[in-house]
Amino acid sequence: MSDLKLTLKPFGNKAILIEWPPVISESILKDILCFKHKLQNHYANFYDISTAYNSLTIYLKSAFLDFENEVEKLNTIYNLEIKSKEIENYIWHIPVCYDKDLAPDLDSFLKVKKLEQQQFIKLHSQNLYTVYFLGFLPGFPYLGGLPKELHMARKSNPNLNIKKGSVGIGGQQTGVYTIDSPGGWHIIGKTPILFFDISLEMPSFLKAGDKIKFYAVSKDVFLEITENVAEEKFTLKKEISHV
Amino acid sequence: MSSIQVIKPGFFDSIQDLGRFGFRDLGVPLSGVLDSYSSKLANAILNNDAFCAVLEMALKGPTLLFQNDTVIAITGANLSPKLNEAPINMQTKINVNAGDVLSFGALKSGCRAYLAVDNGFKTEYVLGSFSYYKGITNFYKLEKGLFLEIEKSKSSHKLDNAHVKIDKEHFSTEIIEAFKGPEFNLLSKNQQNYLFKNKFKIELNSRMGYQIETTIALSHEIEMLTSSVMPGTVQLTQSGKLIVLMKDCQTTGGYPRVLQLTEKGIAAFAQKNTFQKIYFKIK
Repeated sequence: MSDLKLTLKPFGNKAILIEWPPVISESILKDILCFKHKLQNHYANFYDISTAYNSLTIYLKSAFLDFENEVEKLNTIYNLEIKSKEIENYIWHIPVCYDKDLAPDLDSFLKVKKLEQQQFIKLHSQNLYTVYFLGFLPGFPYLGGLPKELHMARKSNPNLNIKKGSVGIGGQQTGVYTIDSPGGWHIIGKTPILFFDISLEMPSFLKAGDKIKFYAVSKDVFLEITENVAEEKFTLKKEISHV
Repeated sequence: MSSIQVIKPGFFDSIQDLGRFGFRDLGVPLSGVLDSYSSKLANAILNNDAFCAVLEMALKGPTLLFQNDTVIAITGANLSPKLNEAPINMQTKINVNAGDVLSFGALKSGCRAYLAVDNGFKTEYVLGSFSYYKGITNFYKLEKGLFLEIEKSKSSHKLDNAHVKIDKEHFSTEIIEAFKGPEFNLLSKNQQNYLFKNKFKIELNSRMGYQIETTIALSHEIEMLTSSVMPGTVQLTQSGKLIVLMKDCQTTGGYPRVLQLTEKGIAAFAQKNTFQKIYFKIK
């Protein structure tokens, strides 16, 4: 289905690492997610499959005996046909409050970037961000699509406790801290949405291949949504999208 | 529900089972016991299922008050366990009565000890595992006053006084067994040899990972896109520092993965302390 060249490597004797060319691109993401989907349907010996920008790792239930044999099996599965509509992804609309009370690093960020707050909000909330994978923290999305004007090196001194819901910028990426954590990103906003909720069967609503659209809300609306989220009365707006 | 009360926490004690499976693609760490050899032994002595949750205790054990009768077994590092102030044996079944106090003394060998109780700890169960992890379970280590739920012992156990023999090598060995990692071949031939011909000194030690002293000879300029890592992955930073990931490690990382420890290698590493030295040996 694809002319991408894949490399399969043993990762210890209980995992197999499959690598695509080292490029961050939506077409590679799509190929990875299609392969993952096929593996879930046609490969039995795994307990976890994780993906990243240009890789997929299969964690095996039992150690492989003959790696070449496994490679052959995996190549056959990779070459199976699939309708891309079989994989469902969503565009999630995420409220963010860019009020300086909730965004401790926004002032310094605007100063360095020589931007007005309104310009910044427009730049940060206009793009559709692609979720490449979740990692770093439980539920933490690696997002692609931050406008160049907003790229900024991480802080030289990380904060020891960034609150969950904090929206940050680090290097060429933007993201949401899903649980309280130390971190080196500039905190430029806060979302009232829970990105990682252990009371749910699927603690994260996001998955690789989804997209995020941020929209700006006032502090009042932020507080109102926070309350509704706590009472489980808030429904996130989402639209079906295919990678 | 029966329970054990924490009178005084140790240096770092946490409830662990074999880990949290099935949530890796959501960025949820595996967690679980660092030394699976010793924890499985503790469960086996009590005829527990291997999946039963145990208490992992590093360097300095806690003081625990039993609210009910039960049976326990202690394995792993020798932290000089005592019941009501009297020294007790490890690697064997011990009957405990309500009101008994389990405490620990000096560290005599290893780094992490395991306490198994009859039928396992029944503390909070989140995403398919009892394993503590900050941000996932309410507690990530024992705290003073905490009650740890256990099951009431069904029948009084016959004590057989039989000690289970342990493999002393597991604690004394300086050799850590590893496979070549995915980026091993990107190192120069000299660096590849260096990895297996030298002793490395441990600098930092936690459930997340061990850091090893920086070695200029291993510095490099390999850049890679963030990819998956797992317990036992040995990362090499550009400055030449080896990081041996343990069970609480993140699911992804951006440093070259030069080695991958075997489960036996992880278990042996888990008994090493800061400033100890180790060799890597290719599996």
